[in-house]
Formats: sequence, structure tokens, C-alpha cells
Amino acid sequence: MQKNALYKALGLTLGALLVAACSSTGEINEGEASATSTTTQATTSTETAANDASTTAVDTAAVAGEAMDSEMSQAEAALMEQTVFYFDFDQSTIKSDSKAALMAHAAYLAANGSARVVLEGHADERGTVEYNLALGERRGMAVRRFLLANGASASQLEVVSFGEERPVSMGHTEASWAKNRRVELKYQSK
Amino acid sequence: MVIRWFSVLLIFMLANLSRAELVIEVTQGKQSAIPIAIVPFQWQGSTPLPEDVSGVVANDLGSSGYFRVMPEANMVARPTAVDQVSYSDWRNLRQDFLVIGRISQDAGGYAVEFHVLDVHQKVELLRHRVKGKASQLRDISHYISDYVFKKLTGIPGVFATKLIYVTTNRQRDRFNLNYADADGAREQLIFTSKQPIISPAWAPDGKKVAYVSFESGRSAIYFQELATGKREMVLQMKGSTSAPAFSPDGTKLAFVNSNLGNPDIYVLDLNTRKTERLTNHYAIDTEPQWLTDNRRLVFTSSRAGGPQIYELDSVTKAVKRLTYEGNYNARARVTDDGRKLIYVHRVGENFHIASQDLRSGMVQTLTTDTQLDESPSVAPNGSMVIYAASEADRSILAAVSVDGDVKFRLPSKYGDVREPAWSPIF
Repeated sequence: MQKNALYKALGLTLGALLVAACSSTGEINEGEASATSTTTQATTSTETAANDASTTAVDTAAVAGEAMDSEMSQAEAALMEQTVFYFDFDQSTIKSDSKAALMAHAAYLAANGSARVVLEGHADERGTVEYNLALGERRGMAVRRFLLANGASASQLEVVSFGEERPVSMGHTEASWAKNRRVELKYQSK
Repeated sequence: MVIRWFSVLLIFMLANLSRAELVIEVTQGKQSAIPIAIVPFQWQGSTPLPEDVSGVVANDLGSSGYFRVMPEANMVARPTAVDQVSYSDWRNLRQDFLVIGRISQDAGGYAVEFHVLDVHQKVELLRHRVKGKASQLRDISHYISDYVFKKLTGIPGVFATKLIYVTTNRQRDRFNLNYADADGAREQLIFTSKQPIISPAWAPDGKKVAYVSFESGRSAIYFQELATGKREMVLQMKGSTSAPAFSPDGTKLAFVNSNLGNPDIYVLDLNTRKTERLTNHYAIDTEPQWLTDNRRLVFTSSRAGGPQIYELDSVTKAVKRLTYEGNYNARARVTDDGRKLIYVHRVGENFHIASQDLRSGMVQTLTTDTQLDESPSVAPNGSMVIYAASEADRSILAAVSVDGDVKFRLPSKYGDVREPAWSPIF
């Protein structure tokens, strides 16, 4: 719970920063130690021995550096693990507890111009098929607007509604319906 | 050739895997149901008939709710010709009408001669002969039912009509579009997909259907000719393209396109293939359905907050709200006489089918014993409404008469059955 609150706080405050200074997040550049010198060293030493001259081998190996996840990027990655966002009945308003994670997705999309995501809108089984198709689309569009406002670009986002046709929970209670009223973020490329 | 046979075989196998096998069950009939006796028809052939003709007629008339069909076991006589009928027998058994008949071989097919007799007037009301191919015994039976029904109730029968509906499995990774008799018999798979199929609709000539398929990854409207199986993708525009509805004269198709998240009603001229936008509102506008004048439509809109039903003039684009009772009214259908609006109506936490008298505005909830009712489709004679409902964790088809008096269910053996569409009268 506390962890969640931290992520939320981090997401909300850092989300905006990340949009501005986007290029530093997401990618991990792993440094690699270069150890190309050993074989040349060996041949060099035999040649120099034949000339009876004296040389000293130097250690030319570079140090190995590795980018590590900062608290910020860890929080961001954790937030991005949330890819399903829920809605109230007959509503397409983004709930406040969805915003931190959506901010993180927006920041990621802003930082990774080649990333593409499909926003799949869904409705619960109650009400009519076509109205629910429209409602699913509304929900997808609400998420799209939120992502656009937070740095994603239109070409990265595609909204598809499946209405009530693809429930994740088959029950006929509010607990099931609540799980089915959702938008799923599906990355096509990351 | 091999591939074609393989795909035929595959469709056949898939059809069997997900067969719905609907069986009609009457749950409520009219109080004033007419007592009628249908005497088993005479057949003198050497081999038994593939269909029990009088049995199908008895089942048709009984399931309509308009008739109370006498059990065969209670019959004291089994006349097959008018001169064999003793009216007093049937009067003592409290029957109002009697149907008798004879089946004979006719040029490779069958001919059925049947008679309807009025027990109280002691008179033959009608005598009729119907012929068909050997494979058409069931069609012959429904023809007889329609004939008797019309004669005795004054309402055209719909026993020879068809249904199309969608069946799907629990995992929602197989969707079938099926075609069957109005009583659920002779189900045939006409299209199958791993992606959702919704909103099937009949062309007014009954030869073609339109539906929405997600096979390309998002919704598009397809036409399919029933006799050939030939399919055509008719509309796929940016956003969702859905809710096809043919005008009664067959010249136009109303549909919904959402472009960028804003569903509005459009119309496609089927001759010129030009589209025209009819509504332009930031709210959800969907589920268009034409009125019989080929000019006005009803549709669902959330422009007042929750979904309500509106009327739209396709020429002037004028919009008028029709429903005011409750906070969820959607997916309207209008009876062919233009008098009743049938729609999905939220009652408390449940969804039922309601009927609204378009002149008086009176609303009547027609269904009470089914849950989460949706997708109402009105029979072409305006008497019954078929719809999808949730029952014991499954989706089934059920039907109710427009006056709420008659109810029947079409439960299936497995899978979910959804989105029924009742054909026109052929």
C-alpha cells in the first residue's frame, strides 16, 4: 500500500518532469569492458624479446560501467506494469487512481517515439451491444486524450473498441462487471 | 479443390463444436388461448416420414401462445377426412377447432391436404393443399401453421420465417453467425470467426444479411448473400463502423461511424454508395432503425446524459426525444404498424424489454423473469419480440409477445446465444 502511494506520488510529480526531460528515461545503456589488448600484448612481448629490448606491458583494460535503475525509473517501470484501467458504469471518465500510471505511459511514449500502443476499450455486459461498443470507444478515447495531453503523440495511439464482446470475468455480479469496464493498453512495439 | 473441401469440412466441424441446438419452451401463454385439436395426419407410405408434419404444426401453434393444443393421448377419435368427423366428440372434449389432414407422395415430394373445422358451428372453415420437395416437409408444416394461424387469429403467421443469431463460446475466441427456423430448428452456420460478430440485420427481401465483424482487427460492416454465401465488406471507416440497418424499401443502409471517438448516425445510399452524415453531436448516437416511411429513424443517444431514444428525420435532420421514463432506454425497434416502440429499459438494477405506445406514450415492461435482457428484434407480424437474456450464467434467446401475454424461451445446449434478428416474411 505504502509502495503504491510512493509510486503514485513519484508518478504524479515526476511524470511532468519526465515529459520535459524525456530522453534520459527508459533505455538502459550497458557499458562493456573492452579487453582487446591481451593478444596484442602477447605478440608484442615475443617480438621485443627477440630484439632484446625491454618493454613493460600496460593494462589497457577500461572499467565497466553499467546504468542502474534509479528510484525514479524503478517507480516508473512499476507504474507501467499497470496496463488495465477501470471505469464506472456508463462512464468514460478516467478515475483519479489511474492517472499516475497513465502519466508513466505517456512519459514512456514521449521518450520513445517509435513505441506504438493500441487502446482497447471494453464495457460490461449490461445494456445494449452497440451502445456498449460506443462506450468502449469513449473510454479508449478518454485514455487517448489523457496520453496526448501528457506527451504522447497521436501517431502512437490507436483506439479500438470491443464493446461487451470480450469480458475478462464471466460472472454476473458487480465484481465481474467492474473488471470488464476497462481500457487495456497493448503495446505493439516498445 | 482440396483446400475448398478442407474448409467445408472445417466449417462443418466448427459448426458441430459450437452448435447451439435451440429448443422452444413455452413459459407463459395467453389466458384466452384457443383450444384446438390437431389430429395426426394420415400417411400411408411404406416408410415413416422424416418429419412429423402434424406434430410440427401442433408445436408451432402451441408455442405461439395463442392456442392451447390438445394432447394427442386425450383424443377419442383420429379422423383424417371431413366425413369421418363427429363434431360432438370434440365438443365434449371442449375443443373449439379441429385440424385434420392427409399426406401423400407427389412427384418425388409430398402433398398435404388439410382441413380446419369449427367444432361449434359444425362446419369446415378451410380446405387447402400444399406441395413440396422431399426435403421440404418441415417447410410444408410451417406453411400449414401459418395458414391456420392467419385464419383463426387474423394475424399473419411467422412460423415459416427465419432467425439469424450469434453464438459464442465461454472463452470468447469463437463467434458463429447462425441461421435457423423461427422455432430454432435446422440451425446452420453461415459465418464463423475468432473475432466478435455483432448486430446482424436482414435486408427487407430476406435474401441478404448485414452484420458487423471484427475479423480485420476492428469493426466493419459486411453483407452476405444467404443463397450463395458470398460476402462483401461494405463499410470500414476510421474508428468503429457498426449498427447496420436497411431501410424498409431496401435502398439505404443506416449505420454508425465513430471517426474519432464520436459515434454518429450515417446513411449509405445502396445504389450510389455515397454516405451522408445524419447526426453531428458530441454525445453517443447509435442503434439506428428505420420507420416504415423510409424517411424517419429512431436511434439511441446519450445527449441528455444516459441513453434515451430519439426520432430523427433523415431529410430535415430534426431530432425529437421519445423516451422519458427511467435513466437507460436503448436499442429501439418499431413494430411494422408504427404503433409500438420496443426497447431495452433499465428497471432498478436489471434490464428488461419494454414496449411504448407511440401515441399515448404508455410504457409497459414486457419481461420480468429474465435477466439482463438485450437485443430485441420484432417478428415481422408485430406479435412477438425475440431477445437475448442471461440465465444461469449463460446467454439464451427468449421471446415475449408485444402485449406481454405470451412468453417462450429458446435455450441452447451449450455456449452463449446472442443478437437474434427475426427475418421478414418470405
